[in-house]
Amino acid sequence: MFSKETLIATNRFGLGANLDDISKARVDPKKWLKAQISLDHTSPKAFAGLATSRQLLEQAFLNRRIKDEDTKKKIRKIRRQQFNKALLARLINQIETQQPFAERLVMFWSNHFTVSRTRGFIGPAIPAYENEAIRPFIFGSFEDMLISVAQHPCMLIYLDNISSIGPNSIGGIRREKDLNENLAREFLELHTLGAQGDYTQSDVTNFAKILTGWTVVRRPKNQRVPAGTFQFDNRIHEPGPQRLLGKDFNQGRKAQGVEALKEIARQPATAKLIATKLVRHFVNDTPPARAVDMISRVFSETNGDLAEVSKALIKLEVAWQQTGTKIKSPEELVISTFRALRGEGPVSLPRRRLLFAALKSMGQEIFHAPSPAGWPDIEVEWVAPESLMRRIEWIHEISQQSSTPSRPLEIFKNTIAPFASDKTTRLIRGAPSREDGLALIFSSPAFQRR
Amino acid sequence: MLTRRLFTKLSAAGLLSNAAASPVFAFAPTEKNLILINLKGAMDGLHALVPYADSDYRKLRPTLGLSGPGTKGGVLNLDGHFGLHPALQPLRALYFSKELLFIPAVSTQYRRRSHFEAQNMLQGGGASPYQQKTGWLNRAMIQMGMSPSRLGLSLGPTLPLIMQGRADVRMWSDSRLPQAGEDFLTRVGALYDDDPVLRKAFTQAQEDTASASMMSGMRLGNGRLELKTRAAVSILKENNGPRIAVIEAGGWDTHYAQERRLNKLFAELALAILLIKTELGESWKNTAVMVVSEFGRTAAENGSKGTDHGTGGLAILAGGSVKGGEIRGKWPGLSSRALLDNRDLAPANHLESVFKSTLIEHLGLSDSQVADHVFPDFESIPVITDLYQ
Repeated sequence: MFSKETLIATNRFGLGANLDDISKARVDPKKWLKAQISLDHTSPKAFAGLATSRQLLEQAFLNRRIKDEDTKKKIRKIRRQQFNKALLARLINQIETQQPFAERLVMFWSNHFTVSRTRGFIGPAIPAYENEAIRPFIFGSFEDMLISVAQHPCMLIYLDNISSIGPNSIGGIRREKDLNENLAREFLELHTLGAQGDYTQSDVTNFAKILTGWTVVRRPKNQRVPAGTFQFDNRIHEPGPQRLLGKDFNQGRKAQGVEALKEIARQPATAKLIATKLVRHFVNDTPPARAVDMISRVFSETNGDLAEVSKALIKLEVAWQQTGTKIKSPEELVISTFRALRGEGPVSLPRRRLLFAALKSMGQEIFHAPSPAGWPDIEVEWVAPESLMRRIEWIHEISQQSSTPSRPLEIFKNTIAPFASDKTTRLIRGAPSREDGLALIFSSPAFQRR
Repeated sequence: MLTRRLFTKLSAAGLLSNAAASPVFAFAPTEKNLILINLKGAMDGLHALVPYADSDYRKLRPTLGLSGPGTKGGVLNLDGHFGLHPALQPLRALYFSKELLFIPAVSTQYRRRSHFEAQNMLQGGGASPYQQKTGWLNRAMIQMGMSPSRLGLSLGPTLPLIMQGRADVRMWSDSRLPQAGEDFLTRVGALYDDDPVLRKAFTQAQEDTASASMMSGMRLGNGRLELKTRAAVSILKENNGPRIAVIEAGGWDTHYAQERRLNKLFAELALAILLIKTELGESWKNTAVMVVSEFGRTAAENGSKGTDHGTGGLAILAGGSVKGGEIRGKWPGLSSRALLDNRDLAPANHLESVFKSTLIEHLGLSDSQVADHVFPDFESIPVITDLYQ
């Protein structure tokens, strides 16, 4: 038996309980979570040998100029293999990690700053984007994360900033080019102030002007800055001061954008938006106002120190009261299932068809969110007749194939047993086979929720 | 695959909720079909229905603009002022056989330029974003009367807001996963007895698999419009099956390289509409296909051969039930005075009017049902009359 706090720490804050988690967390669940904040999470060993976004994007830019179809095809295949390798490494790390709270936060922030494979060109580089632009900052400052995202080639390509050109810049005048306001708008609406924020169309336009010149090297001029790297290009940067959110930004060049991003990160609306999303993720689909205020205050008072914000989330009393308020996303279900099935040794995974293709049919193709808003985080978006049936079919198949050395009742004991309903317990105990026993555990409401 | 036998067994065992377990299949309350195609990402209406004779058009779109009728790659003339993008060529015949109409410069009441808020208003049918918690088509279906065989059909694994609400909706998506056995599913059903959310979804999924066996072999790829359309049509053809289908199609947010992308998307859209006509056969005469998007795009092209978020968009109605062959509504023009905020095609026509008209003229709801229960916030927005036969 373990406490309700242990259940919530390992399942809601972590990525799904197993024997290892429970034995470490049960002594002091909150302390177990807090300790994860100070540990190094920046380079998981499963990621050794993965390509960087620079390498992957350089490849993509070069491939554009290759004429021979066979060569093109070969390179595309290599890119696909690299993506698959990174995807698998990511899943293995999520299953094996000793810092599931940190990994959950990587997923949260990477979804907040979504970059999606709907733009095929950057697709293979998105796992690298997550590791380069998001992962190092989850316990750093929000402002730094925002600036790192704004400079990442994947984001600049995904939201079209590489083709936004100041109309009065040298390049703009010579080539009669103009702005593309996509990145500026989504930055304000989705990543910082929120759609309810107090900004106007002219703020969007001016912010787009400020961000002109934040671009990616396409044809390298020298070895030091290869294709696929971020660069600030003053020749396409809209000259002159800009007014944004009632303030004048008189800096020239890149500093103008950096100062604007800092200003946006400091806005109370930004604190409110981030707090709302975090509380929705860790408490309830309908975030309680008091909890949002508390997190928002910590965010503002610490100037967006995400280690402090993460500690404040652990301290939220309302997060520890009720079990099972959140439905797991398909990705969370898959990760927690394999965490539960995992024995002592390295994790063994089934064929790809039963991993990423299955996630797609459950409604969540990894790194392929339908829009820059990312994946939803509320029950009604994940529980639908078709997607639930896909979850059950997947669980059934995984349980048939599982070679876990543990008995179903052991797995039950180390995941959800103390908080499963009597009926669930009875059905699992009465399962006709080992496989069905496993499948019933993973299908049960207590396991589908966190 | 869940068989009818198991379905009955589950019902008898009390494992399914009462409403869903009724063995009596009443007749659907209407023979009319409505297929709503939601183009997510904001379709550039000015690139589909091109005001080629408008003197400002080429000035606003020096590189993206299409040339006039009769020129290479030029538009296909409709009425001397508007022309059709060549990739939409199959729709031209429907227009001249009076089975298709366009409503340009159309928009919901939403005036900011966020996809997500705009889609929320388009689907929720509220006066402001996130105000309505259910979808307007779902509220309309409740007014049409409950039926054991559900009226609504949604394609894809998750349910869009427009279909969310009290009326249950049929769903279809593909799966390559092997099906779980009957005995196992019965046990899962029992697991969900005490979890209302999971129980409801599970019960509905059971019923759907009971009659969707003919769809096996069809694969729903990454939002391919053709496959979704084929699946929708084959379910709509069931006797007493659903009558109202919602299909979502993504990829319309053309901030860059619009020409190439819309060539492909327009061709897919035209094919889907034609497919509905061919596959529905006789019931095409009772059918309306409504194509909408959350808003239009900027009148002028942007710096990357694309367009940014705008306001006035385009709605297309097709079907035997439609009074086609016309371009309906007001046309505000493209002069800088006429543009909204000096950038967007003005929202001269209300999308809510089109929705209301569809519910009243096509699906037979009464004015007061629509005003009181479906669009309570839009009493003052008039119906566009004579859109339907």
